[in-house]
Amino acid sequence: MRSARQIAADVRSGASSAVVELEASLAAIAARNDELNVFLHVDVEGAQAAAAAVDARVARGEDPGPLAGVPLAVKDNLCQVGVPTTCSSKILEGWRPPYNATVIDRVVAAGAVPVGKTNLDEFAMGSSTENSAFGPTRNPLDPTRVPGGSSGGSAAAVAAAMVPLALGSDTGGSIRQPAALCGLVGVKPTYGLVSRYGLVAFASSLDQIGPFAASVGDAALLLEVLAGHDPRDSTSLPEPAPSLVAHVDDGVAGTRVGLVRELYEGADESVTTAVRAAADALRAAGAEVVELSIPELGATLSAYYLIAPAEASSNLARFDGVRYGLRVAADDVTTMMEATRTAGFGAEVKRRIMLGTYALSAGYYDAYYGQALKVRTLTINAFARAYERVDVLLGATTPTVAFPFGTKTADPMAMYLNDVFTIPTNLAGDPALSVPFATGEAGLPVGVQLLGPGRSEARLFAAARVLEIADGRP
Amino acid sequence: MTLPDDWEMVVGLEVHTELLTKSKLFCGCANHFGAEPNTNVCPVCLGLPGSLPVLNREAVDFAMRIGMALHCTIAPSTFHRKNYFYPDQSKDYQISQYDLPINAEGYLDLPDGSRVRIERAHMEEDTGKSTHLGGSGRLAGAESSLVDYNRCGVPLVEIVSGPDIRSSAQARAYAAELRGILIATGASDGRLEEGSMRFDANVSVRRPGAPFGTRCEIKNLNSLRSLQRAIDYEALRQIELITEGGTVRQETRHWDENLGETSTLRVKEDADDYRYFRDPDLVDLAPDQAWQDRVRAALPPMPAQRRRELVALLADPSPAQLDAVEVVIDLGLERYVHAVAAAAGDAALSLSRVANELAADVDHVANLTLEAFVTTVAMEQHGELSATQAKTVLSELLSVGGDPRAIAAAKGFEQLSADSLGATVASLIAAHPDEWSRYREGDEKLAQFFIGQVMKATRGQANGKAVIAELQARR
Repeated sequence: MRSARQIAADVRSGASSAVVELEASLAAIAARNDELNVFLHVDVEGAQAAAAAVDARVARGEDPGPLAGVPLAVKDNLCQVGVPTTCSSKILEGWRPPYNATVIDRVVAAGAVPVGKTNLDEFAMGSSTENSAFGPTRNPLDPTRVPGGSSGGSAAAVAAAMVPLALGSDTGGSIRQPAALCGLVGVKPTYGLVSRYGLVAFASSLDQIGPFAASVGDAALLLEVLAGHDPRDSTSLPEPAPSLVAHVDDGVAGTRVGLVRELYEGADESVTTAVRAAADALRAAGAEVVELSIPELGATLSAYYLIAPAEASSNLARFDGVRYGLRVAADDVTTMMEATRTAGFGAEVKRRIMLGTYALSAGYYDAYYGQALKVRTLTINAFARAYERVDVLLGATTPTVAFPFGTKTADPMAMYLNDVFTIPTNLAGDPALSVPFATGEAGLPVGVQLLGPGRSEARLFAAARVLEIADGRP
Repeated sequence: MTLPDDWEMVVGLEVHTELLTKSKLFCGCANHFGAEPNTNVCPVCLGLPGSLPVLNREAVDFAMRIGMALHCTIAPSTFHRKNYFYPDQSKDYQISQYDLPINAEGYLDLPDGSRVRIERAHMEEDTGKSTHLGGSGRLAGAESSLVDYNRCGVPLVEIVSGPDIRSSAQARAYAAELRGILIATGASDGRLEEGSMRFDANVSVRRPGAPFGTRCEIKNLNSLRSLQRAIDYEALRQIELITEGGTVRQETRHWDENLGETSTLRVKEDADDYRYFRDPDLVDLAPDQAWQDRVRAALPPMPAQRRRELVALLADPSPAQLDAVEVVIDLGLERYVHAVAAAAGDAALSLSRVANELAADVDHVANLTLEAFVTTVAMEQHGELSATQAKTVLSELLSVGGDPRAIAAAKGFEQLSADSLGATVASLIAAHPDEWSRYREGDEKLAQFFIGQVMKATRGQANGKAVIAELQARR
């Protein structure tokens, strides 16, 4: 598939059209969606109308925007007017939002054509997309393996060349981990850089929307469109959106890179080897690479599994059968709510609601949630100290390459450990991305992770671009 | 009401007031009363998935005004979520301030000189309104329930007093004074009957000087009368219980206005664990000094100061005049009295006219200009209008406005000049020598006789006070 940049250039020049690009995308979806279970809903009519609108703008001589005619997949926890939004949960089956997420408004204004909603772990809780009420998504690179999660559908949509770009959300690694497992670039932006308005919340203080793309340049292009202040999100950063595309080829000469022991130790041999090779590639391109240890990161997984479930237990309370979505009839309202939530939520969601409810309960708050907040502060401070010494941190994105179905579903802790390298930066609110580098076990891709201080996305893209070139993707 | 010997009640009040903002606390929906159910809603106040709250700055202005009027410290504050499942709570949590309220540690001085500490005055959002059909009208046993989310997200300030109140009358006075302050700040319309102010009372009893007893909270009292009656009932209930050897159980109680008694709603052991935590969708609120200064500079005078300024216009005020002052302050009409005083007119007379005639038609007071009122009082004071005529002129001014002299002329209230009144009085004295000599010897009742004669002769056009002045001048 051509890059998003190439498609937009062709649509703008008239060499192609949004309608033609959409037909190609719909054909690719039709070819493999039954096999891979990527899209929960393909919005053919809406996409055709959006594509026709882009072509009309071109015909009138107007600027159709930087994403002109680029088909785009949307994770099904983002609201889009009139399009079913399920969060892969039975509890929201059939619900159609009356409003757009801010990111939908932004990509459409930039000329993109949203083609449909992609599968995810229910309410973004999981690392394999096996927790979907509508069945797992298969990894296009090896359909016996998971695509990662929770944004597994969005990753698979790009990896299967159904679309060149996709939107995901990342609370503890849900963009970077599937990007790594599907051989893509995935970005978790600085907290507040992209508006969360219209993203069905999992853990509000950690959630960020970000891009999936097959290349660093495409990822930068999409993030530049997504970023910017939104008055409808109180946690949105007030500063103007940074320029990203213009800095992709800045290189890493003079960039100080810290290879963080806690961000790769314990990973498979092939992953560790790839991370070391990435450090060498950055050094070869002019970066100063030093080895670092940030011991505080050892406590972040535990803290995350208190903070995220605590927020989720409150965020998911509203799914009570009263106003929208599933309602299981009962004689009184309390029983109706209980029956609805019992039938509507899957096992992992229930587990996290219970964990979070417990962590916030009177008598336990200080020992669990309160303690986790302290760890979070320590994590923020530890990262800040590291960024006094270096500009960018380097590590692995995941401990392993894509794993076969069912290997971690029986043991929640084994699944949670998948996120051990991605979670710390969510707690800190800083940006991080995963970029494919080398191959690991079974010839599957490995993702290496680049992390930086708040609003350092341009520098992360430049470093990722260096690795992309070194890995043979000029 | 007095308690039995050697018992003292300890009361603290929690007062909820809706704020008169243009829009709701966290969304752009209009904040008004009486729309068709579920028409004044949006994704945010309906708590639709993915929606996010954004704090209304005008609500912060009002909250700070309330805090400043109550001598509170304005502090950096945060918003928490109070988690509980209930159909009228669209997110199944309420956004409220918890351990860090915007206003802390103030006080309210009551007209009797007592001081009640204010622990906090914090912001929170209101819930929707449930209507339970069938059964008793409560949720339990209802056949079905309807929910109107129009009120969901309306801004509230909850004002929590210290446990400083020692009688139901003091509680009532506190509530009334607080209501006056809320109205004066412009934050609330103080309309109890519409529920824009609601009271919860924490009541316990003890022997004076003993530690606090176990308290019960009476929820949702919506009039000053209910507040006072419920507190009295509850204090006596607790005393009776203890006297009979029982113990008070900490619980939430419901006041039944018709039965005149409280009953158990839920006991402490059944209380919800609200799992408060910082709302991650909102940022900390720390109004800077410039913002605080702007709000403080715009703060109008509070009832206590306005009461002092009004009383200062009266020489040796009578209890009836002090009552009139309360009415005038409560209705916010003292500008009329001040205007008369500023024009060197009769402040006492104007107070009476405002507390009676204007108060009786307060909805139309916008029709009455200060100038027209000052002129009307001056005409009455100088005998150009009788009391009855002055009231008629004011009534006309209140209903349609206009010029008092033109109204008096149109109604045929002829001007009775001092000269012609003097002549009339002189001729009546001459015609009634016996009554005149008894009046001169000190029989004040005869003044009424002469006033009656003058009224008869002038067909009611004369002013009684002016007649007495004429009689005195000739005595």
